[in-house]
Amino acid sequence: MRHRKNFVHYLILALIAVAVLVYITPIYWILATSLKTLSDITTKLPKFVFDISLENYQKLMPSEGVPGVTYLFLGEVVVGLLLFGFFSLFNVRLPRALSLRNLGFIWNSLFILTCLYSFLTLPPLRSRLQTDARFNFLLLIVCTIIAYLLIVPWRKTGGLTSQTAKKQRLTLVLPSVFGTIAICVALANGGSKYFYQLLNSIIIGGGSTILAVGLGTLAAYAFSRFDIAGKDDLLFFILSTRMLPPVVVVIPIYLMYSALGLRDTHFGLILLYTTFNVSFAVWLMKGFIDEIPKEYEDAALVDGYSRFQTFLKVILPQSVTGIAATAVFCLITAWNEFAFALVLTEVGGRAVTAPPSITSATGSTGMDWGKIAAGTFVFLLPVAVFTFLMRSHLLRGVTFGAVKK
Amino acid sequence: MLTNHPHQTSRGMSDYQLKMAFIMPTMILLILMNIFPLLWSLYLSFHRYKASMPAAPRFIGVRNYSRLLADPEIWGYFQTTAYFVILAVAAQFFIGFGLALLLNRDFRYKGFVTTLLLLPMMLSPVVVGLFWRFILSSDNAGLLNFFLSPFLNSPIGWTTHPKVAMLAVVIVDTWMWSPFMMLIALAGLSAVPKFLYEAADVDRASAWFKFRWITLPLVSPLLLIALLFRTMDAFKMFDIVYVLTREGGPGTATETVSMNLYKLAFRNYNTGKACAMAYILLIIIVALSNIYVKYLNRVKGEEAQET
Repeated sequence: MRHRKNFVHYLILALIAVAVLVYITPIYWILATSLKTLSDITTKLPKFVFDISLENYQKLMPSEGVPGVTYLFLGEVVVGLLLFGFFSLFNVRLPRALSLRNLGFIWNSLFILTCLYSFLTLPPLRSRLQTDARFNFLLLIVCTIIAYLLIVPWRKTGGLTSQTAKKQRLTLVLPSVFGTIAICVALANGGSKYFYQLLNSIIIGGGSTILAVGLGTLAAYAFSRFDIAGKDDLLFFILSTRMLPPVVVVIPIYLMYSALGLRDTHFGLILLYTTFNVSFAVWLMKGFIDEIPKEYEDAALVDGYSRFQTFLKVILPQSVTGIAATAVFCLITAWNEFAFALVLTEVGGRAVTAPPSITSATGSTGMDWGKIAAGTFVFLLPVAVFTFLMRSHLLRGVTFGAVKK
Repeated sequence: MLTNHPHQTSRGMSDYQLKMAFIMPTMILLILMNIFPLLWSLYLSFHRYKASMPAAPRFIGVRNYSRLLADPEIWGYFQTTAYFVILAVAAQFFIGFGLALLLNRDFRYKGFVTTLLLLPMMLSPVVVGLFWRFILSSDNAGLLNFFLSPFLNSPIGWTTHPKVAMLAVVIVDTWMWSPFMMLIALAGLSAVPKFLYEAADVDRASAWFKFRWITLPLVSPLLLIALLFRTMDAFKMFDIVYVLTREGGPGTATETVSMNLYKLAFRNYNTGKACAMAYILLIIIVALSNIYVKYLNRVKGEEAQET
């Protein structure tokens, strides 16, 4: 009997392995194709053994050559990840002058200086259709400072608890995150069309995510804690705006944007994606805030906090995980969005995001599948990383917070 | 109740002001960017109007609607869509539920394997869909035709043959969305209390009996949610046909309602007619999502009663 059970168990494991193979093969094939030479792609039968070449990725780079700062940023990304990994894995006792806090501060300052240097030295982007990408370096500096201060607040803290050590390790990885964006900025500014569009995706996705999560959290708090007339109907209305097919909504939006001159602008797309995501953010954040016990707030109110202070000092810190999960889902939605971007931007335009431009290769005869594969792979990589980071919240995310585990 | 707290009026904003300040920005945004444009398009749906022409909209009553509803071609697109929805959602349901049944046990690296299987649904349909055209291609290095070659005489033109093009769309959509079914089914399965199975084991119940009378009744509410969700989503599907079969080709073999609407609005710039079409689609979607939310509330109510 026991023997038979083992057999069934292994059979099931084998079936699972087959399923994983089936589901991952297309993604693997994108990676494989992106690393092949043109002659290896256009064979009669698919080639499984091939010489690895980076020529497809080189096609995505600026034709005038890669700017030098790109390598500088690449170095910072790699070193930041190594530092973070090293301090996460090993408990190293650092000398007082070079504590984790100081190291994080120095490392972030170095990154900010690199951004400043790039902003000052890089030549402006010379293209009629695109906006100057250099100002994004200044934006990155602001973002780094804000993110740093959010992690390590500007006040004197006592000894290093394990919690703050974890936070300070987090500051080490900040330049790696923003450095990746800085690489896109440098390459876009160097004249790479692909990275310009990727940068558009980052700006529009990031901007709309911040707005949607901010507005959504506020509304979710109100819906979670206050009596509101017709609450269920309002919540249904909010959800229904998300259920509308994009193709239906986009027709009047197209006319409206044409009249207002918002077509093919970053602001227009950010506004639209915020609207698109805010309903989702409200529903998801409401679920997270519902789970925070009301007693915490009661205690704070009795202690003399105002309702708004309670929101800032009790609710927000308690829902950091929820906010992060919601933000990642909004980011992925905006990153993947296609129908709105297709209609509201022009191919090769100022604000065109990556999906419509990757797919606009469709029209020409004889598609360069290698280049498409390379572009696709770079485009998919962040989503895959985020999926693995968010794996415990996936269920909530895909069902608007309706199904919780 | 928190709302009647004695401290609320003493400092800062009152609860009412705070509530309004927190909700209003979202509401204003939604009204400005959703309701107002939709009202405008309702207005346009009763007019003859082309966005590419300078001529002002001319009122023609319900003629846009009557023409659309009398047009057999439109019903053809609805038929195509229904065909796609039924095929795709059924395939996703069975594959997803099957995968969940397989995964519903303890084994090493379970979390990693599950996340790996979930990856397709997080990716951009349009970008991956474009690459699927390469995988499905019949002339050069098509991966699927290569794997099927032992069973076939000649490679199948997945995206170019009118009879199988829909099947190609269904394959890609299923690859993408059966993980979604799997995820929800897995959540349902893992919530089934273990002692029910143990009790059934004591009574020497067969595996089929346990599945039919324990697993299925307890998982079916969640499965229905997933089915409704997918039905609504599949009904709106636009991205995959746009890239995979080049805007609903070959001919109109895979032209779904959304695809046709896109062509009507942004290829022919027949804006008035497109708005009318959009409203017909909208009514169907709102009806579907109404059923969905009603059902969701019922399930939630039942859960609340149980706990």
